Amino acid sequence: MRLLWSLGLIRGLVWGIVGTAIGIGFTMLVRMALGKPAWETAPVTFVAAVFGTLAFLAGVGAFADWWRWASGEEAGDPPHHHEGPEWVRYFNFDTDHKIIGVQYTITSLVLMFAAGIMALIMRLELAQSGLQFVTPEQFNSAMGLHGIVMIGSILLGVAGMANYLLPLMLGAPDMAFPRLNALSFWVAPPAAILLFLSLAFGGFDTGWTGYPPLGAVGATGKQFFYLGVFFLGFSSILGAINFITTTLKMRAPGMSMFRMPIFVWGVFAAAWIQLTGTQFIGTSFLMVVLERLLGMGFFDPEKGGDPVLFQHIFWFYSHPAVYIFVLPGLGVISELLPVFVRKPLFGYKWVALSSMGIATVGFLVWAHHMFTVGLPNEANTFFMFTTMLVAVPTGVKFFSWVATMWGGKIEFRTPMLFLLGAFVTFLLGGLTGPFLAVVPVDQYLHDTYFVVGHFHNTMFGGFVFPFLAAIYYWFPKVTGRMYSERLGKVHFWLMLVGFVAQTGSMFQTGLFGMRRRIADYDPSLGFDTIHLIGSIGGYLVFFSMLIFAYNMIRSLVAGEKAPANPWNSRSLEWLLPSPVKGVSWPTPPVVVGHPYDYGVPNATFVRLAPAGGSDRSSQTTTPAHETKEANR
Amino acid sequence: MKRHSVLIPTVLTFLLGIPLAVLLWKAPLLPPNAVREGDLVDFLFRLIAAIAGFVFALIVSFVGYSLIAFRRRPGDTSDGPPMHGNVPLEVTWTVVPLLVIFGVGFLGTWVLFEIDRPKPNEMTVRVTGFQFAWLFEYPAYGIRTNELVLPVEQPIKFEVTATDVIHSFWVPEFRMKIDTIPGRINVKRYTPTRIGEYTLRCAELCGAGHYAMLARVRVVSGSEFLQWVAQQSGAQAPEETLSPLAARGKELSDQLGCLACHTTDGSPSVGPTWKGLFGKEEPLADGTTVLVDEAYLRTSILRPGEQIVAGYQNIMPAYEGRLSDEDLEAIIEYIKTLK
Repeated sequence: MRLLWSLGLIRGLVWGIVGTAIGIGFTMLVRMALGKPAWETAPVTFVAAVFGTLAFLAGVGAFADWWRWASGEEAGDPPHHHEGPEWVRYFNFDTDHKIIGVQYTITSLVLMFAAGIMALIMRLELAQSGLQFVTPEQFNSAMGLHGIVMIGSILLGVAGMANYLLPLMLGAPDMAFPRLNALSFWVAPPAAILLFLSLAFGGFDTGWTGYPPLGAVGATGKQFFYLGVFFLGFSSILGAINFITTTLKMRAPGMSMFRMPIFVWGVFAAAWIQLTGTQFIGTSFLMVVLERLLGMGFFDPEKGGDPVLFQHIFWFYSHPAVYIFVLPGLGVISELLPVFVRKPLFGYKWVALSSMGIATVGFLVWAHHMFTVGLPNEANTFFMFTTMLVAVPTGVKFFSWVATMWGGKIEFRTPMLFLLGAFVTFLLGGLTGPFLAVVPVDQYLHDTYFVVGHFHNTMFGGFVFPFLAAIYYWFPKVTGRMYSERLGKVHFWLMLVGFVAQTGSMFQTGLFGMRRRIADYDPSLGFDTIHLIGSIGGYLVFFSMLIFAYNMIRSLVAGEKAPANPWNSRSLEWLLPSPVKGVSWPTPPVVVGHPYDYGVPNATFVRLAPAGGSDRSSQTTTPAHETKEANR
Repeated sequence: MKRHSVLIPTVLTFLLGIPLAVLLWKAPLLPPNAVREGDLVDFLFRLIAAIAGFVFALIVSFVGYSLIAFRRRPGDTSDGPPMHGNVPLEVTWTVVPLLVIFGVGFLGTWVLFEIDRPKPNEMTVRVTGFQFAWLFEYPAYGIRTNELVLPVEQPIKFEVTATDVIHSFWVPEFRMKIDTIPGRINVKRYTPTRIGEYTLRCAELCGAGHYAMLARVRVVSGSEFLQWVAQQSGAQAPEETLSPLAARGKELSDQLGCLACHTTDGSPSVGPTWKGLFGKEEPLADGTTVLVDEAYLRTSILRPGEQIVAGYQNIMPAYEGRLSDEDLEAIIEYIKTLK
C-alpha cells in the first residue's frame, strides 16, 4: 500500500478523481445560484475535467518544488527523488532527462498501440462494402481517435527521443529546466485520458480536425476531445522551451552549432514550430468550446461568425505540426545513416539548414488544406507556390542521403533496415505531395483516400520508421542490453510489406474517387478486393508491432549484454556507460572536431575533461577502424 | 581512393524512368472525365505523374545500386571514403527542383484561372447541402429537386451553400470539388460533355450519415433536358387527389430532403420507404416491434435516434426545433396518403 502511494501516477489519479468531484460540486452550486437546473452534462463535465487535470498534476507532485521556492524553502538540486526501488522513478515526477525520455517513449508506444487498435476497427469495417461491425457513429469516433491519439503519440515520441538524447549528445548535465521538463511530460497522461473519455460521452464524429459547425453541435464527447488536445498542446509548448534553451545554452565547449549532431538540428527546428505554432490549435479548439458552452458565435454565420475562420487558425498550426513530426524523424535518418554507411554525412550544413528552411516555409503553406473552401484564386496560387517550395529543402535532404550512401560500406542491421523503410515510404509520400499542392488537381484529390495514403506515407517515412530505427539503435544505450536482431528483421519486413499494401490500396481507391472518412462505400465502385488487401496489410502492420513489443520486453529481461559501443558510432552518448547512471555529463567533454568524420584518418571529435579519465578519451582519438575489432 | 562511376545508375534511371513516366502519362488512373474543364485538370495530373515517376526512378536507381554495390563485404571493417560534400552538386539539386516547381506552378496557375473563367450563356443551378441530402434549384425554370439533371454542352454555374454544417459538392467525373459552407455562397463552373449517370458524393465529413450523402446526377441531351423541365414544372403543382395539407407535406418533404433517403414507391433506400408505412408493424433494432401511428411518426421525425427500425442506421438528423407543428402535421398527413 505504501509502495502504491509512493507512485506519483497513482497519487495523481486519486487526486484527479477528487478534483473532478470538487469541480462537479462547484459548477452545480454556481448553476443553482444562477437559477438553472444543477446538472447539465456539457458545462459540468467541462469544469470538472479542468479541475481534475490540475488536481492530477498537483497529486503527481508537479508543483511541489515551486511551492517550496515560493514559501522560501530550499528545493534541492534535481534529481532528488531516490527513495524506493529504481523502477519507482519511472512512475513518479522525476527530473532526470533520461527517466523523462523513457516515460515519454513508453507513453508514446502505449498510445500508438491504442490508436492502432482504432485503425484495426476501421480496417475491419472497410474490408467489405456494407456496414458489418460498427455503426457510422462508432466508425467516426474510431477514426477521430485514431488520428488525434496518433498525433499525440508522435508528439510524445519526438519528445521522448529529444529528452533522452539532447543532453547526452550535447555534453550537458541535464535539460535546461528539469522541473518544467517533468511537468511537460506529466500534462500528457491526463490529456490522453480526456481524449479517451470522449467515448463515454457519445464520442465525436468530426474527425481529428474538429471543424465547426459540426464540432459546435452534438455529443459532449467532442468537448473532451477539444480539451484533451488543448492540454496536450501545453505539454508540447513547455517541452519546446527546454529543447531550444538546452540546444542554445548548454552545448559542450567547442561544440559550435555546426558541430552538433544532426538529430539536434531536427529537434531544434521542430521546437520553434512547437513553441510558436501550438497556441493556434489550442485557440481554435477553445473558441469552439466557448461557442458550445457560452453561445459565442465565432464560427456561426447566424451570429456574424464564419466557419472558414476556424480552418485558418487551425491549419496555421496543424500544417506546420507535420514538420514537428518529421523533422526529428528525418534527423534520425541523417544521424544514423553515416554510422551504418561508415561515411560522413554528405553536405552537413545543407542538411542542417534545410531543417530550418522547412520549418520556416512550413508556416506559409497552411491554406493548401483549404483549396476547396472557395478562397480567391490569387490566394490559392500563393499557397500553391509556397507548398511546392517545401519540396526543395526536402529534396536537399533526400539527395544528400543518397550521396551519403554512395561509395560507403553499408551494413544491414535492423536500424539500417528501418532507415531504408523510411526512405521508401517517405519517397512515396513526397512524390504524391505535388499532386496535392497544385490547386486544380487537389480540387479533385482533396478529401479522398489519395490524401490518406499521402500523409500515412509521410508519417511512416518521416516518423514511424525512423522512430523504430531509433528505438532499436539506442535500445542498448537505454537498457545496456541488445535486442534480438532476428526478430527485428522479421518486424521490419512484415511492416514494410503490410504498410505498402495498405497505402497502395489507399492511393488506388483514392484516385478512383474513394472519399475519406466514410464508414461504408458504394459496392458499385468495385473497391471491395482492393480494400480487403489494404485491410490485410493494416493487420500485418499491427502484427509486426506485436513482434516488436515482444522483442523489446524479452530483450529487456534476457537480452545479451550490450558492448560499450555496439555500432562503433562517433557520437558523444556512446562514450558514457550503458545505461547512463546519475547526472549525464557532470563535467562537459571538450569538442575539437566534427561528429561524422568516418573514414578520416586520426580524426578526433571530442576530448574528455580530465575528471572523466583518460581511458575514455583514447577511444575517440584512435581511428575508428582500430577500435572496431575490440567492440565486435 | 577509388572513384565510383555513376554510369550504371544513370543508365538505369533512364531505362526505368522513361517507360515509367510514359506509363503514368498514359495510364487511366482516374475515372472517365465528363466535363470540359476536366481536360485541363487531367493534363496537369498526368504531367505531375510523369515527373514524379521519373524522379522515383532516379532515386530508386541510385539507392538500389548503392545497396548492392556498396554493401559491406564480410570481414571488411574499414570505413568508407570521407566525402564531406560537394557544393556544386548541392546547388544543382536545389536549383533544378526549383525550376521544375516554377514550371509546374505556372501551368497550375494558368489552368486554375482558365477553369474558373466565367463563360457566356451560363445556366445557374443553386445547390444546397444539408444533413444528409442535396437540394438543387433551377432559378430559370423555378424547379427544386433532389436529383441533378444537366443538359450536355451547356456551361453551368453552380452557386453552392449549406444550411447546417460544411459539406462538399463533388462528382468525381466532374473533377473539381467545392465546399458548401453555411453563410457563404461558393461558385464553381462545369460544362458537361458526356451523357450519362453519375453520383454526387459529399466530400466533407458532415456527421454520422456523411458516407450516405449522395445524389443522382444525370447529364442528358438538350431536348431530354427540356422534357424533364416540363415534367418537373408539372409535378411541382399540387396533385388534385391530395388534400391541401398533404400537398403541403409533399412539397416540404421534397424541400427538406426527406425524399433523398425515403422513397415513396416502395423501393429500398438509406431510410425505410414511406409507401405503406402508416399503420404497419415495424420491427425495431432492439428486437421489439412498434405500430406506425401518428405518435410514432412524430417522435421519429423529431428524435429519430429513439426508435431505430431494424436494418437501418441511426443517421437521420433530429428535426426537433427545426420544424413547426403545422409543417410536421403536413408531412405526417402526406405519409398517410402513401398507401
